[in-house]
Amino acid sequence: MKSLETITLGLALSISALAAASGIPQAQSDSQSQAQTNSKLSRASHPATPDRGQRVFQQNCARCHSAPESLSPSASDAIVRHIRIHANLSEADFRALLHFLNP
Amino acid sequence: MKTDRVSKLSSTHQLARAIPLAAILCALCSFSTSALAQQDPAIISGGIGLLTTTNGGNTSYFPETRPVAVLPLGDHLQIETRATILANFFHRPGDGYDHFTFKTMDYLQADVKAGSHATIVAGEFLTPFGTYNERLTQIWNQTFQDLPLIYGVGTMNTGSALGGMVRGNVFANDRASVSYAAYYSGNSTSGYFGTQRSSGGQAQVYLPESGLEIGASYGRSLGAVHENFEGMHLWWQPIDTGFRFRSEFGRAPHAKGYWFETDYRLQQFGGAESALGRLEPVFRMQQTFRDAPDNNDGLPFVDTKRADLGLDYHLPHEIRVHTSYGRQFSPDGNVNIWETSLVYRLLIPTWKSKH
Repeated sequence: MKSLETITLGLALSISALAAASGIPQAQSDSQSQAQTNSKLSRASHPATPDRGQRVFQQNCARCHSAPESLSPSASDAIVRHIRIHANLSEADFRALLHFLNP
Repeated sequence: MKTDRVSKLSSTHQLARAIPLAAILCALCSFSTSALAQQDPAIISGGIGLLTTTNGGNTSYFPETRPVAVLPLGDHLQIETRATILANFFHRPGDGYDHFTFKTMDYLQADVKAGSHATIVAGEFLTPFGTYNERLTQIWNQTFQDLPLIYGVGTMNTGSALGGMVRGNVFANDRASVSYAAYYSGNSTSGYFGTQRSSGGQAQVYLPESGLEIGASYGRSLGAVHENFEGMHLWWQPIDTGFRFRSEFGRAPHAKGYWFETDYRLQQFGGAESALGRLEPVFRMQQTFRDAPDNNDGLPFVDTKRADLGLDYHLPHEIRVHTSYGRQFSPDGNVNIWETSLVYRLLIPTWKSKH
Protein backbone atom coordinates (compact mmCIF):
# COMPACT_ATOMS: atom_id res chain seq x y z
CA MET A 1 0.00 0.00 0.00
CA LYS A 2 2.88 2.32 0.79
CA SER A 3 4.30 1.77 -2.64
CA LEU A 4 0.95 2.60 -4.22
CA GLU A 5 0.84 5.89 -2.36
CA THR A 6 4.36 6.66 -3.49
CA ILE A 7 3.49 5.84 -7.09
CA THR A 8 0.32 7.89 -6.86
CA LEU A 9 2.10 10.89 -5.47
CA GLY A 10 4.84 10.55 -8.05
CA LEU A 11 2.41 10.38 -10.95
CA ALA A 12 0.37 13.31 -9.72
CA LEU A 13 3.49 15.39 -9.26
CA SER A 14 4.80 14.33 -12.67
CA ILE A 15 1.66 15.39 -14.46
CA SER A 16 1.54 18.63 -12.48
CA ALA A 17 5.18 19.29 -13.28
CA LEU A 18 4.54 18.60 -16.95
CA ALA A 19 1.67 21.05 -16.89
CA ALA A 20 3.72 23.64 -15.07
CA ALA A 21 6.56 23.20 -17.53
CA SER A 22 4.20 23.94 -20.36
CA GLY A 23 3.85 27.42 -18.92
CA ILE A 24 7.29 28.28 -20.30
CA PRO A 25 6.17 28.28 -23.93
CA GLN A 26 2.82 29.60 -22.76
CA ALA A 27 2.65 32.55 -25.10
CA GLN A 28 3.30 30.31 -28.05
CA SER A 29 0.86 27.74 -26.74
CA ASP A 30 -1.79 30.39 -26.16
CA SER A 31 -1.46 31.78 -29.64
CA GLN A 32 -1.61 28.29 -31.13
CA SER A 33 -4.62 27.43 -29.05
CA GLN A 34 -6.29 30.66 -30.07
CA ALA A 35 -5.52 30.00 -33.71
CA GLN A 36 -6.87 26.48 -33.45
CA THR A 37 -10.06 27.66 -31.82
CA ASN A 38 -10.48 30.25 -34.52
CA SER A 39 -9.73 27.66 -37.16
CA LYS A 40 -12.31 25.27 -35.77
CA LEU A 41 -14.98 27.87 -35.59
CA SER A 42 -14.12 29.19 -39.02
CA ARG A 43 -14.73 25.75 -40.39
CA ALA A 44 -18.04 25.88 -38.61
CA SER A 45 -18.98 28.93 -40.64
CA HIS A 46 -18.84 31.20 -37.61
CA PRO A 47 -16.67 34.29 -37.64
CA ALA A 48 -14.36 33.90 -34.68
CA THR A 49 -13.76 37.04 -32.73
CA PRO A 50 -12.09 37.01 -29.36
CA ASP A 51 -15.04 38.36 -27.46
CA ARG A 52 -16.83 37.44 -24.32
CA GLY A 53 -18.64 34.58 -26.02
CA GLN A 54 -15.40 32.86 -26.86
CA ARG A 55 -14.25 33.24 -23.29
CA VAL A 56 -17.52 31.79 -22.05
CA PHE A 57 -17.03 28.88 -24.39
CA GLN A 58 -13.52 28.19 -23.13
CA GLN A 59 -14.43 28.63 -19.49
CA ASN A 60 -17.62 26.60 -19.42
CA CYS A 61 -17.98 24.18 -22.31
CA ALA A 62 -14.36 23.10 -22.34
CA ARG A 63 -14.52 22.12 -18.71
CA CYS A 64 -16.39 18.96 -19.65
CA HIS A 65 -15.58 18.32 -23.29
CA SER A 66 -13.57 19.54 -26.24
CA ALA A 67 -15.05 21.72 -28.93
CA PRO A 68 -16.72 19.92 -31.83
CA GLU A 69 -14.72 20.00 -35.04
CA SER A 70 -17.61 21.48 -36.89
CA LEU A 71 -20.81 23.10 -35.81
CA SER A 72 -23.58 24.09 -38.14
CA PRO A 73 -25.38 27.36 -37.39
CA SER A 74 -28.66 25.50 -37.30
CA ALA A 75 -27.49 23.37 -34.39
CA SER A 76 -25.84 26.06 -32.34
CA ASP A 77 -29.00 27.51 -30.76
CA ALA A 78 -30.15 24.20 -29.35
CA ILE A 79 -26.64 23.44 -28.13
CA VAL A 80 -26.25 26.74 -26.35
CA ARG A 81 -29.60 26.32 -24.67
CA HIS A 82 -28.53 22.86 -23.55
CA ILE A 83 -25.29 24.32 -22.19
CA ARG A 84 -27.14 27.12 -20.40
CA ILE A 85 -29.00 24.55 -18.31
CA HIS A 86 -26.16 22.15 -17.64
CA ALA A 87 -23.44 24.73 -17.03
CA ASN A 88 -25.71 27.13 -15.12
CA LEU A 89 -24.79 30.01 -17.42
CA SER A 90 -25.87 33.49 -16.49
CA GLU A 91 -28.21 35.27 -18.88
CA ALA A 92 -25.39 37.52 -20.09
CA ASP A 93 -23.05 34.60 -20.70
CA PHE A 94 -25.82 32.69 -22.47
CA ARG A 95 -26.43 35.56 -24.87
CA ALA A 96 -22.71 36.13 -25.41
CA LEU A 97 -22.17 32.48 -26.25
CA LEU A 98 -25.19 32.42 -28.51
CA HIS A 99 -23.92 35.48 -30.36
CA PHE A 100 -20.44 34.01 -30.60
CA LEU A 101 -21.57 30.73 -32.12
CA ASN A 102 -24.35 32.17 -34.21
CA PRO A 103 -23.71 35.87 -34.87
CA MET B 1 -19.68 -0.51 -11.50
CA LYS B 2 -21.17 -1.34 -14.84
CA THR B 3 -23.26 -3.96 -13.12
CA ASP B 4 -24.69 -1.23 -10.91
CA ARG B 5 -25.89 0.57 -13.96
CA VAL B 6 -27.11 -2.64 -15.48
CA SER B 7 -29.13 -3.31 -12.34
CA LYS B 8 -31.54 -0.60 -13.45
CA LEU B 9 -32.62 -2.82 -16.30
CA SER B 10 -36.00 -4.37 -15.99
CA SER B 11 -36.56 -7.00 -18.59
CA THR B 12 -40.27 -7.50 -17.88
CA HIS B 13 -43.29 -5.40 -18.75
CA GLN B 14 -41.17 -3.03 -20.80
CA LEU B 15 -43.79 -2.76 -23.49
CA ALA B 16 -46.43 -1.75 -20.95
CA ARG B 17 -44.08 0.78 -19.46
CA ALA B 18 -43.18 2.13 -22.85
CA ILE B 19 -46.78 3.01 -23.68
CA PRO B 20 -47.16 6.00 -21.34
CA LEU B 21 -43.69 7.14 -22.29
CA ALA B 22 -44.57 6.98 -25.96
CA ALA B 23 -47.76 8.89 -25.22
CA ILE B 24 -45.78 11.66 -23.54
CA LEU B 25 -43.39 11.88 -26.46
CA CYS B 26 -46.26 11.91 -28.98
CA ALA B 27 -47.94 14.69 -27.02
CA LEU B 28 -44.76 16.68 -26.99
CA CYS B 29 -44.29 16.16 -30.71
CA SER B 30 -47.87 17.21 -31.38
CA PHE B 31 -47.45 20.28 -29.24
CA SER B 32 -44.32 21.23 -31.08
CA THR B 33 -45.55 20.58 -34.60
CA SER B 34 -47.02 24.01 -35.14
CA ALA B 35 -43.85 25.65 -33.96
CA LEU B 36 -41.38 23.60 -35.94
CA ALA B 37 -41.37 25.75 -39.03
CA GLN B 38 -40.13 28.72 -37.06
CA GLN B 39 -38.14 26.90 -34.42
CA ASP B 40 -34.53 26.09 -33.98
CA PRO B 41 -34.09 22.48 -34.91
CA ALA B 42 -33.80 19.64 -32.50
CA ILE B 43 -30.37 18.08 -32.31
CA ILE B 44 -29.28 14.53 -31.73
CA SER B 45 -25.90 14.20 -30.13
CA GLY B 46 -24.05 11.77 -27.93
CA GLY B 47 -21.45 9.08 -28.14
CA ILE B 48 -21.05 5.66 -29.66
CA GLY B 49 -18.32 3.40 -28.39
CA LEU B 50 -16.83 -0.03 -28.17
CA LEU B 51 -15.40 -0.61 -24.73
CA THR B 52 -13.44 -3.52 -23.35
CA THR B 53 -12.54 -4.36 -19.78
CA THR B 54 -10.19 -7.07 -18.59
CA ASN B 55 -10.74 -7.50 -14.88
CA GLY B 56 -8.85 -10.22 -13.06
CA GLY B 57 -8.09 -11.91 -16.37
CA ASN B 58 -11.65 -11.96 -17.71
CA THR B 59 -12.38 -9.74 -20.70
CA SER B 60 -15.79 -8.23 -21.36
CA TYR B 61 -16.88 -6.25 -24.42
CA PHE B 62 -19.38 -3.40 -24.28
CA PRO B 63 -20.72 -1.89 -27.48
CA GLU B 64 -22.51 1.17 -26.13
CA THR B 65 -24.34 4.25 -27.32
CA ARG B 66 -25.67 7.21 -25.36
CA PRO B 67 -27.76 9.38 -27.63
CA VAL B 68 -28.91 12.81 -26.47
CA ALA B 69 -31.83 14.68 -28.03
CA VAL B 70 -32.59 18.35 -27.41
CA LEU B 71 -35.80 19.88 -28.70
CA PRO B 72 -36.25 23.65 -28.23
CA LEU B 73 -39.88 24.75 -28.05
CA GLY B 74 -40.06 28.51 -28.12
CA ASP B 75 -37.82 30.81 -26.16
CA HIS B 76 -38.58 29.46 -22.71
CA LEU B 77 -39.06 25.73 -23.05
CA GLN B 78 -37.02 22.80 -24.23
CA ILE B 79 -37.22 19.05 -23.93
CA GLU B 80 -34.08 16.99 -23.39
CA THR B 81 -33.53 13.29 -23.13
CA ARG B 82 -30.66 10.84 -23.00
CA ALA B 83 -30.69 7.08 -23.20
CA THR B 84 -28.11 4.38 -22.63
CA ILE B 85 -28.13 1.29 -24.80
CA LEU B 86 -25.41 -1.28 -24.38
CA ALA B 87 -24.63 -4.94 -24.67
CA ASN B 88 -22.25 -6.86 -22.47
CA PHE B 89 -20.39 -9.82 -23.97
CA PHE B 90 -18.71 -11.55 -21.06
CA HIS B 91 -16.78 -14.75 -20.52
CA ARG B 92 -18.54 -17.51 -18.63
CA PRO B 93 -15.89 -19.94 -17.32
CA GLY B 94 -16.08 -23.24 -19.17
CA ASP B 95 -18.97 -22.07 -21.29
CA GLY B 96 -17.54 -19.54 -23.72
CA TYR B 97 -19.05 -16.09 -24.09
CA ASP B 98 -22.53 -15.05 -23.09
CA HIS B 99 -24.19 -11.68 -23.40
CA PHE B 100 -27.05 -9.52 -22.24
CA THR B 101 -28.39 -6.18 -23.38
CA PHE B 102 -29.27 -3.18 -21.30
CA LYS B 103 -31.19 -0.06 -22.12
CA THR B 104 -32.44 2.71 -19.94
CA MET B 105 -33.47 6.31 -20.12
CA ASP B 106 -30.98 8.41 -18.20
CA TYR B 107 -33.21 11.46 -18.23
CA LEU B 108 -36.26 12.94 -19.91
CA GLN B 109 -36.77 16.46 -18.73
CA ALA B 110 -38.55 19.66 -19.61
CA ASP B 111 -36.56 22.83 -18.95
CA VAL B 112 -38.60 25.97 -18.35
CA LYS B 113 -36.73 29.23 -18.20
CA ALA B 114 -38.18 31.03 -15.20
CA GLY B 115 -36.00 34.13 -15.28
CA SER B 116 -32.43 35.20 -15.63
CA HIS B 117 -31.41 33.34 -12.47
CA ALA B 118 -33.58 30.23 -12.50
CA THR B 119 -34.62 27.35 -14.68
CA ILE B 120 -37.27 24.91 -13.56
CA VAL B 121 -36.65 21.33 -14.58
CA ALA B 122 -39.43 18.76 -14.47
CA GLY B 123 -39.43 15.08 -15.29
CA GLU B 124 -36.59 12.64 -14.84
CA PHE B 125 -33.21 14.32 -14.53
CA LEU B 126 -29.69 13.49 -13.45
CA THR B 127 -29.32 13.88 -9.70
CA PRO B 128 -27.35 17.06 -9.00
CA PHE B 129 -24.77 15.77 -6.55
CA GLY B 130 -21.06 16.26 -7.06
CA THR B 131 -19.86 16.62 -10.61
CA TYR B 132 -19.48 13.19 -12.12
CA ASN B 133 -23.13 12.29 -12.56
CA GLU B 134 -24.17 15.39 -14.47
CA ARG B 135 -20.98 16.13 -16.36
CA LEU B 136 -19.01 12.98 -17.00
CA THR B 137 -21.39 10.05 -17.44
CA GLN B 138 -21.58 10.71 -21.17
CA ILE B 139 -19.02 8.33 -22.65
CA TRP B 140 -17.60 11.08 -24.81
CA ASN B 141 -16.73 13.15 -21.74
CA GLN B 142 -15.26 10.37 -19.65
CA THR B 143 -11.56 10.22 -19.05
CA PHE B 144 -11.93 6.69 -17.70
CA GLN B 145 -14.76 4.38 -18.62
CA ASP B 146 -15.44 3.16 -15.07
CA LEU B 147 -17.52 5.21 -12.70
CA PRO B 148 -15.73 6.34 -9.53
CA LEU B 149 -16.14 4.07 -6.52
CA ILE B 150 -18.09 6.80 -4.69
CA TYR B 151 -20.48 7.38 -7.56
CA GLY B 152 -23.44 6.07 -5.53
CA VAL B 153 -22.96 8.64 -2.76
CA GLY B 154 -25.68 11.27 -3.09
CA THR B 155 -26.84 10.03 -6.47
CA MET B 156 -29.05 7.50 -4.69
CA ASN B 157 -27.33 4.75 -6.70
CA THR B 158 -29.47 5.20 -9.80
CA GLY B 159 -28.10 8.63 -10.73
CA SER B 160 -31.56 9.84 -11.67
CA ALA B 161 -34.36 11.68 -9.92
CA LEU B 162 -38.01 11.98 -10.90
CA GLY B 163 -39.67 15.20 -9.82
CA GLY B 164 -38.67 18.82 -9.98
CA MET B 165 -35.51 20.86 -9.79
CA VAL B 166 -34.68 24.53 -9.82
CA ARG B 167 -31.22 25.59 -10.87
CA GLY B 168 -29.42 28.58 -12.18
CA ASN B 169 -26.78 31.20 -11.76
CA VAL B 170 -27.01 33.55 -8.79
CA PHE B 171 -24.23 35.89 -9.72
CA ALA B 172 -21.60 36.13 -12.42
CA ASN B 173 -18.97 38.58 -13.51
CA ASP B 174 -15.47 38.30 -14.94
CA ARG B 175 -14.03 37.23 -11.61
CA ALA B 176 -16.55 34.84 -10.12
CA SER B 177 -19.68 32.91 -10.84
CA VAL B 178 -21.99 31.36 -8.25
CA SER B 179 -24.54 28.74 -9.26
CA TYR B 180 -26.93 26.38 -7.51
CA ALA B 181 -29.36 23.49 -7.94
CA ALA B 182 -32.04 22.12 -5.62
CA TYR B 183 -34.34 19.18 -6.28
CA TYR B 184 -37.01 16.88 -4.95
CA SER B 185 -37.56 13.37 -6.28
CA GLY B 186 -40.39 10.95 -5.82
CA ASN B 187 -40.13 7.19 -5.74
CA SER B 188 -40.56 5.20 -8.93
CA THR B 189 -39.89 1.56 -9.58
CA SER B 190 -40.66 1.69 -13.28
CA GLY B 191 -38.04 0.19 -15.53
CA TYR B 192 -37.64 3.53 -17.23
CA PHE B 193 -37.85 5.75 -14.14
CA GLY B 194 -35.89 3.94 -11.45
CA THR B 195 -35.68 6.59 -8.75
CA GLN B 196 -36.13 6.84 -5.01
CA ARG B 197 -37.65 9.53 -2.85
CA SER B 198 -34.96 12.03 -2.02
CA SER B 199 -34.07 15.69 -2.00
CA GLY B 200 -30.91 17.71 -2.10
CA GLY B 201 -28.92 20.28 -3.92
CA GLN B 202 -25.58 21.83 -4.54
CA ALA B 203 -23.85 25.18 -4.78
CA GLN B 204 -20.59 26.05 -6.46
CA VAL B 205 -18.27 28.94 -7.08
CA TYR B 206 -16.26 29.22 -10.27
CA LEU B 207 -13.36 31.63 -10.66
CA PRO B 208 -12.86 32.13 -14.41
CA GLU B 209 -9.47 33.82 -14.22
CA SER B 210 -7.85 30.91 -12.43
CA GLY B 211 -10.10 28.18 -13.82
CA LEU B 212 -10.88 27.03 -10.30
CA GLU B 213 -14.23 25.63 -9.19
CA ILE B 214 -15.24 24.66 -5.67
CA GLY B 215 -18.61 23.26 -4.73
CA ALA B 216 -20.58 21.46 -2.06
CA SER B 217 -23.46 19.02 -2.40
CA TYR B 218 -26.06 17.65 -0.06
CA GLY B 219 -28.54 14.84 -0.53
CA ARG B 220 -31.08 13.16 1.73
CA SER B 221 -32.77 9.90 0.98
CA LEU B 222 -36.40 9.95 2.08
CA GLY B 223 -37.33 6.31 1.63
CA ALA B 224 -37.69 3.70 4.32
CA VAL B 225 -34.45 4.93 5.83
CA HIS B 226 -33.66 8.63 5.98
CA GLU B 227 -29.96 9.23 5.42
CA ASN B 228 -27.80 12.23 4.67
CA PHE B 229 -25.04 12.43 2.08
CA GLU B 230 -22.50 15.21 1.78
CA GLY B 231 -19.99 15.95 -0.92
CA MET B 232 -17.41 18.48 -2.01
CA HIS B 233 -15.66 18.95 -5.31
CA LEU B 234 -12.73 20.90 -6.60
CA TRP B 235 -11.89 21.30 -10.26
CA TRP B 236 -8.98 23.23 -11.62
CA GLN B 237 -8.52 23.82 -15.30
CA PRO B 238 -6.20 26.71 -16.11
CA ILE B 239 -7.49 28.49 -19.19
CA ASP B 240 -5.60 27.87 -22.45
CA THR B 241 -3.66 24.92 -21.10
CA GLY B 242 -4.18 21.23 -21.66
CA PHE B 243 -4.13 20.51 -17.94
CA ARG B 244 -7.17 19.48 -15.92
CA PHE B 245 -7.55 18.44 -12.32
CA ARG B 246 -10.85 17.11 -11.05
CA SER B 247 -11.66 15.79 -7.61
CA GLU B 248 -14.56 14.86 -5.40
CA PHE B 249 -15.08 13.80 -1.83
CA GLY B 250 -18.28 12.06 -0.76
CA ARG B 251 -19.57 10.92 2.60
CA ALA B 252 -22.39 8.51 3.31
CA PRO B 253 -23.60 7.58 6.82
CA HIS B 254 -21.35 4.52 6.99
CA ALA B 255 -18.61 5.13 4.46
CA LYS B 256 -16.73 7.85 2.68
CA GLY B 257 -14.29 8.21 -0.15
CA TYR B 258 -12.65 10.42 -2.71
CA TRP B 259 -11.35 10.40 -6.24
CA PHE B 260 -9.15 12.75 -8.15
CA GLU B 261 -7.98 12.64 -11.72
CA THR B 262 -5.57 14.66 -13.77
CA ASP B 263 -5.07 14.75 -17.48
CA TYR B 264 -2.81 16.73 -19.67
CA ARG B 265 -3.18 17.06 -23.39
CA LEU B 266 0.23 17.58 -24.98
CA GLN B 267 -0.94 20.49 -27.07
CA GLN B 268 2.20 22.53 -26.53
CA PHE B 269 4.00 20.14 -28.86
CA GLY B 270 2.85 21.53 -32.20
CA GLY B 271 -0.71 22.31 -31.21
CA ALA B 272 -3.71 20.26 -30.17
CA GLU B 273 -4.16 18.83 -33.66
CA SER B 274 -0.58 17.72 -34.19
CA ALA B 275 0.31 14.04 -33.97
CA LEU B 276 1.84 14.48 -30.53
CA GLY B 277 -0.63 17.12 -29.42
CA ARG B 278 -3.48 14.63 -29.74
CA LEU B 279 -2.01 12.55 -26.93
CA GLU B 280 -3.46 12.89 -23.45
CA PRO B 281 -1.96 11.05 -20.46
CA VAL B 282 -4.55 10.56 -17.74
CA PHE B 283 -4.37 9.44 -14.15
CA ARG B 284 -6.99 8.72 -11.51
CA MET B 285 -6.65 7.79 -7.85
CA GLN B 286 -9.53 6.85 -5.61
CA GLN B 287 -10.05 5.43 -2.17
CA THR B 288 -13.00 4.44 -0.01
CA PHE B 289 -13.26 3.90 3.72
CA ARG B 290 -15.90 1.69 5.30
CA ASP B 291 -17.00 2.57 8.84
CA ALA B 292 -19.89 0.12 9.15
CA PRO B 293 -21.74 -2.34 6.91
CA ASP B 294 -24.35 -0.78 4.64
CA ASN B 295 -25.81 -2.43 1.56
CA ASN B 296 -27.43 0.72 0.25
CA ASP B 297 -24.76 3.37 -0.11
CA GLY B 298 -23.16 1.85 -3.20
CA LEU B 299 -19.60 1.93 -1.84
CA PRO B 300 -17.39 -1.17 -1.58
CA PHE B 301 -18.01 -3.33 1.48
CA VAL B 302 -14.35 -3.06 2.50
CA ASP B 303 -11.73 -0.33 2.38
CA THR B 304 -10.57 -0.08 -1.21
CA LYS B 305 -7.85 1.73 -3.13
CA ARG B 306 -7.56 1.99 -6.86
CA ALA B 307 -5.12 3.76 -9.16
CA ASP B 308 -5.56 4.03 -12.94
CA LEU B 309 -3.08 5.30 -15.49
CA GLY B 310 -4.15 5.76 -19.06
CA LEU B 311 -3.44 7.30 -22.41
CA ASP B 312 -6.05 8.89 -24.65
CA TYR B 313 -5.55 9.74 -28.29
CA HIS B 314 -7.87 12.21 -29.99
CA LEU B 315 -8.20 11.22 -33.63
CA PRO B 316 -9.73 13.53 -36.25
CA HIS B 317 -13.46 13.40 -36.93
CA GLU B 318 -14.47 13.23 -33.27
CA ILE B 319 -12.97 9.82 -32.60
CA ARG B 320 -11.06 9.04 -29.44
CA VAL B 321 -9.03 6.00 -28.45
CA HIS B 322 -8.53 5.27 -24.79
CA THR B 323 -6.36 2.74 -23.02
CA SER B 324 -5.72 2.38 -19.33
CA TYR B 325 -4.31 0.12 -16.69
CA GLY B 326 -5.55 0.09 -13.14
CA ARG B 327 -4.84 -1.84 -9.99
CA GLN B 328 -7.32 -2.18 -7.20
CA PHE B 329 -6.28 -3.02 -3.67
CA SER B 330 -8.69 -4.37 -1.08
CA PRO B 331 -8.79 -7.04 1.63
CA ASP B 332 -10.93 -9.11 -0.76
CA GLY B 333 -7.97 -9.34 -3.13
CA ASN B 334 -5.98 -7.19 -5.49
CA VAL B 335 -6.86 -7.15 -9.18
CA ASN B 336 -5.48 -5.69 -12.37
CA ILE B 337 -7.93 -3.89 -14.65
CA TRP B 338 -7.10 -3.22 -18.29
CA GLU B 339 -9.46 -1.11 -20.34
CA THR B 340 -9.63 0.07 -23.92
CA SER B 341 -12.28 1.97 -25.81
CA LEU B 342 -12.99 3.54 -29.15
CA VAL B 343 -15.54 6.34 -28.92
CA TYR B 344 -17.16 8.48 -31.59
CA ARG B 345 -19.07 11.67 -30.84
CA LEU B 346 -21.97 12.47 -33.09
CA LEU B 347 -23.89 15.71 -33.56
CA ILE B 348 -26.81 15.90 -35.94
CA PRO B 349 -29.25 18.77 -36.53
CA THR B 350 -32.51 17.02 -37.36
CA TRP B 351 -33.68 19.43 -40.01
CA LYS B 352 -32.79 22.71 -41.61
CA SER B 353 -33.81 25.76 -39.69
CA LYS B 354 -34.51 29.35 -40.43
CA HIS B 355 -30.76 30.08 -40.48
